[in-house]
Parts: sequence; structure tokens; C-alpha cells
Amino acid sequence: MSETEALESMVGGEYKYGFTTDVEYEEFPKGINEDIIREISRRKNEPEWVTEFRLEAYEKWTQMEEPDWPNVEYETPDFDNVQYYSATKKKGNGKKPESLEDVDPEIIETYEKLGIPLQEQKQLQGIAVDAVFDSESIFTTFKEKLGEAGVIFCSISEAIQNHPELVKEYMGSVVPKGDNFYAALNSAVFSDGSFVYVPKDTICPMELSTYFRINNMQSGQFERTLIICEDNSQVSYLEGCTAPMYQENQLHAAVVELVALENAEIKYSTIQNWYSGDEEGQGGIFNFVTKRGHCRGDNSKISWTQVETGSAITWKYPSVIMQGDNSIGEFFSVAVTNNRQQADTGTKMIHVGKNTKSTIISKGISAGKSNNSYRGQVKISPRADGAQNYSVCDSMLIGQTCGAHTFPYIESANPTAKVEHEASTSRVGEDQIFYLQQRGMDEDDAISLIVNGFCKEVLKELPMEFAVEADKLLGIKLEGSVG
Amino acid sequence: MLEIKDLHVCVEEDPSEKILKGVNLTINKGEIHAIMGPNGSGKSTLSKVVAGHEAYEVTQGDILFEGESILDLDPDERAHKGIFLAFQYPVEVPGVTNKNLLRQAYNTIAKEQGREELDPIEFEDYAAEKLELVDMKKEFMDRSVNAGFSGGEKKRNEIFQMAVLNPRLSFLDETDSGLDIDALKIVANGINQIADEDRAVVMVTHYQRILDYIEPDYVHVMIDGRIAKSGDKDLAVKLEDQGYDWLSDTASVSVNGEQN
Repeated sequence: MSETEALESMVGGEYKYGFTTDVEYEEFPKGINEDIIREISRRKNEPEWVTEFRLEAYEKWTQMEEPDWPNVEYETPDFDNVQYYSATKKKGNGKKPESLEDVDPEIIETYEKLGIPLQEQKQLQGIAVDAVFDSESIFTTFKEKLGEAGVIFCSISEAIQNHPELVKEYMGSVVPKGDNFYAALNSAVFSDGSFVYVPKDTICPMELSTYFRINNMQSGQFERTLIICEDNSQVSYLEGCTAPMYQENQLHAAVVELVALENAEIKYSTIQNWYSGDEEGQGGIFNFVTKRGHCRGDNSKISWTQVETGSAITWKYPSVIMQGDNSIGEFFSVAVTNNRQQADTGTKMIHVGKNTKSTIISKGISAGKSNNSYRGQVKISPRADGAQNYSVCDSMLIGQTCGAHTFPYIESANPTAKVEHEASTSRVGEDQIFYLQQRGMDEDDAISLIVNGFCKEVLKELPMEFAVEADKLLGIKLEGSVG
Repeated sequence: MLEIKDLHVCVEEDPSEKILKGVNLTINKGEIHAIMGPNGSGKSTLSKVVAGHEAYEVTQGDILFEGESILDLDPDERAHKGIFLAFQYPVEVPGVTNKNLLRQAYNTIAKEQGREELDPIEFEDYAAEKLELVDMKKEFMDRSVNAGFSGGEKKRNEIFQMAVLNPRLSFLDETDSGLDIDALKIVANGINQIADEDRAVVMVTHYQRILDYIEPDYVHVMIDGRIAKSGDKDLAVKLEDQGYDWLSDTASVSVNGEQN
């Protein structure tokens, strides 16, 4: 086998999370219309204002067109053939379980297999987990401990019931319901997701983490996450995602909103490993996500770190609006595509306040017949005196049949602003591999080392516990026949 | 230690491009060899083929290391046996520190050879000694492999790696070219300290100058894919004075001889 072939087979690492869990689902019709939306709201026992929120979003959505500007090709999902609500049949009273004993053991086992034990004593110290299975939050750990610090960490459905004033104030305030086609769809049918509230002067005592699992073949996943950090508070949040291997594409359209008030700091990390389809591009998740953070207060900071390895199509631009003076926006990204995967991902950094600073570090790795695009916007408003942006977009190609593209958009309306953009493209060379092999490493280790070196600046931004996981994930993704 | 027998090699992608046309060479432990010759004569190719580069195909002949053919072995398997190549153009691996690369390399080889692996602290101490051989500072270990290194630093780094990995047979592919006289002395000094009676070193070079600092036991001249002449250090001096032309005739005679 030539080194090129070895390289190409190596990036075809097996997907280890492709199993399905056998659970019984509540019946729910497919398709979307006002009645369906009312039914979702009814099943979730939502107050009228949430139902209205959904219906208004639906109204907007019906008038919108799916965007065609991303550099990806796919068949538009048949929106009438998606199931917009999916919940497992509950034991007992049908409420969210208070203790693990009430959770379907199959589901506990599923999370266990994914390496996310839900029993608090089995977990990594210092990490609280919200487990979202299809459209519903199954269980949230360490609630009590967090409660002592005043931190609210629960599913958004619970937050609507228990903290309606907070949800009402902030939901839709960063990503308005009609923001874009998929955000509008999400606003109409959102199922579950996480809610985090960190009160004033509080440093959240634990890492918070949500683990999203799509299991149901029929259903789409439309989670919605809302994180609010009050003045002088801090939180670090991580989401992980996996899904079984199905022949059909599944739709995942999430909305994430972050709000940072004065001196607040939110660090949001993602390790996305949805099923990406087979070698021929059959199956896999359509990952159409709107993530946006709002540095509302002065001196606030929002930082996105993402390791995107899965999904058939990724369409995602975690953004920061820096409204407060001296606020900081950061985006650190590793996006790996292989086989027929397509990714169009990047960020938007909107500088509104004075002396706002943003950093963008994007590392794209393409292999197989995949296509990987970086799309980033840096916008500097007239009053953003002294704003600074620094962007680096590096692409790495493995093999001869993949593509990498960079689409930077820079708009500066303030002459005192400083914007720097650097881009590079490199190829994992046979020479590099030969060099490392000559030093005694096998091909897998050589590629893994090269790729990890390439992504280092981003990986070091991940919380420690997850950096190891991400490291392994890259290894698996890029490992193959030899290992 | 190394026996190269009637080695014929072509470029894998273009079999009509024959580079080595019957090389014979025997290297015993404790010996230092120099291979000289004009550009394009096949010196660098020979080093790469011994190390297992897949861009070349062996069409005839054999390479034996410790009596066994290594032709079917991958480059990493050859490295595990103790074969080292100091690259003419050391490759950059951004984001990977020298320390990281070398500890992983050292431990992989140690494991294969049944020796004990070193933990990060032990390795740091071990590597610190080797750094002195090539007169490099400790910070060198934390820099990305060859990234942003000057030409001289890259070459020194190759010899440093050689010192750390402690190979049995080292091919040094034009390690001397591009070095100023001070750097050349440092590199030569490093090589001299590594070479001992259990190891062998093969220097591929254009210039006689490094041989002032490292005395070879044998000097070979490669011309057109073959070793045209072998001798001792005096041969190198003669080459420096007279160039390669006087040898070309000899080589072409044997080419014709083969065709007949």
C-alpha cells in the first residue's frame, strides 16, 4: 500500500458510537403545522407565552427560504417527513425522573457505553452533566451542589416551568425567533436543551456539560440552550454529541444563546461527533446550528471552542456580539471532514463597543472526498474605537481528493480599528510521515502527531478533562487499517 | 552489519527512471564510511532506500541488516532495528515539540528493543546530556520540530536526534552542507562522540571538508548509480583536487561492460 493510500484509509476510522438503544417512544405524528406545534407545547405543559413564541416563529419560518449560500450540497430535508417531538415513554407519573432509579436502565446503559456515567459517584469530579436523549433531558447531575452556589443548571423545559421570568427575559434575545431559516424552525419546535444561570459574583464551582444523543431514526433534534452569566460571574460549559448510524439523514437544528453581563465570562466548548455517514455519503446528521453569544456588559468575555468531527453536513458559525466596552470574543475551532462530509463553519465577530477584541483561530482538516470551508465575518461598527481582531485560518489536506476553502469577510467602519487576517494551506506530506516513521513511529501515530500538532493552539483551549477526549477523538477519526 | 548487494532501484511512479544500478557495499560495526559523488549520482537515494522510503522501488538485489533482508520492512520497523537517517532536508512538524517527538520516538524504539521506557522527567535528564553534544540549549526541546529553525539548527537537530535515539547504523545525508565552519565543528564533534566500536556511520557528502574533522575508514565514490571507486581518506583528497571526471571513464566502461 502506498503512503497515500495508507493515509486515506487511515482517516476512515470506525465510528464507535453508532449503536441504537431499544426504547419505547411516545406516539407522535410526523410533519409540521400549527396543530403540531400546539401539541408539542401541550405535551410539555408550557405556559401560553411559550406557545405564542413557537407559533410566531413558525409563522416567520413559513415565509422564509432555506439559505443556499453555504458551500455545501445536499438535498433539502423533507420537512413534512420529520418527527418534531420525540420522548420515551415514562415510568410512573410521566414527569422527569427525580432520581436515577426512575430512568430507563437502557438509557443509563447507553450513556455508560458513551463513557458518560450518570451516577454522580462514577463521574469525573467537578463536572455536572445534563443528559439529553433525543428531544428530552433525561437527567441532570449535581443539581444540589450547584444549587448551593446559586447556579441553576437544568433542562430548558424545567427552566420554563421553574424560572419563567429568566427564560422570558432572555430566550430569543440573542438569536431572535426569525433570525434565519433553521433558527426559526428551532424556535417553533425546540424540544429540550440546557439552561444555565449563574448569579452575580459567582464562579460556577463545576464544569457544566450536556451530552446530546440522537437515538430515534425518525426524529429531528431541535435543542435550545440558554446560558446567562450575571455581573462578575464565570462559567465553563461543554457539550458532546453522538448519534447511531442510520441510512437516512437526520436533522439537527439547534439554537444556543449566551448572555454575558458586566465582567462576566462564558467559555463554551463543543466536541461534536454526530454520525457522519458512510464512505459513500449515505446517512449522517445534518447539523444546522445557530450559536451566538452577546457580551452585553463592559469587560465581558465569551469564548467558543469547538472540535467538529462528525455530521454529514455542518453549517455553523458560533458568533460573538461585543457590545460592552472592552469586551472580548474568541473562537477556536478544529473541523475535521472525511469521506463525503461537508463542513461550512466559522464565526462572526461583531464589534460594537469600544476597545473590543476578538481572536479567531480556525484549523480545518480535510481528508477523503470531503469539503471543508471556513467562513468568517469580522464587522466593526463606527463607534467601536480601538477595536482589534486577529484571525488565523489554517487548512490541512490529507490526500488528493479533498477540498479546503476560506471565505473571510471583513467590514470595518472605524478607522482606528485593527484587523489582521492570516491564512495558510498545507498538505500532510509523505515526507512528514516518512520523517516520523524513520524516527520509529508507525503511520497512525505519525499522522496523529502531525494533526495534533496542527490543532494544538485550539486543543489547549479545551477544559483539561475534555482535551484528552478530543485528542483521542482526533486519533480515532484519523486512525485506520494499521492501528 | 549492513550488506548491500547488487542493488537496483527505480522511482516507484516512473520505473523507467533507474537511479541505482547495482550498488554493492558492506559496512561493519565500528566503521565510518563516506560516500561522495556528483549531484544526481544516487547518494541520497541510497540513504533513503536503506531507510525504507516508499517513493523508490527495489527491482533487483538486496539489503541485509545483521544478516537479514530488510526490504519488506516499513521505515518504522527499520528504525526499531537501529537504522537512522539524518535528513538532508529535515522536515518541519509544526505544533509538535522536539521533546514530544523524541520521547515518543525513544520509547517506541525502546519498547521494540525490549529496553525500559523513560517517563517525562527521566527523559528530560537523559536528553539534557545529549543536548550538550551538539551545544544546544534546553529551550531547544520545547520548540516545534524544525519549525522556524535556521539551516544550521536543523542539521544540529538531526545529530541531536541521532544522539538521543542512539542508533546502530546512521546514514547522514549531507549533514555538513550549509553549515558554517563553527557549526560544522560542533556537528562533527557530536558525530565523533556518538560513533563507537558497536556503531557504524555513513556520511553522504559533497565536500571533503567534514572529513577533516571526522576521519573515515573508507571513502566511496558514486557515479551514475554505482560505486565507481572505493579507497581510504586519500581518495577524498584526490577528489577535492581533481573532481570526478577522471572516474567517469571507469564508470562508463563498466556500464558498457554490463550492456554487452
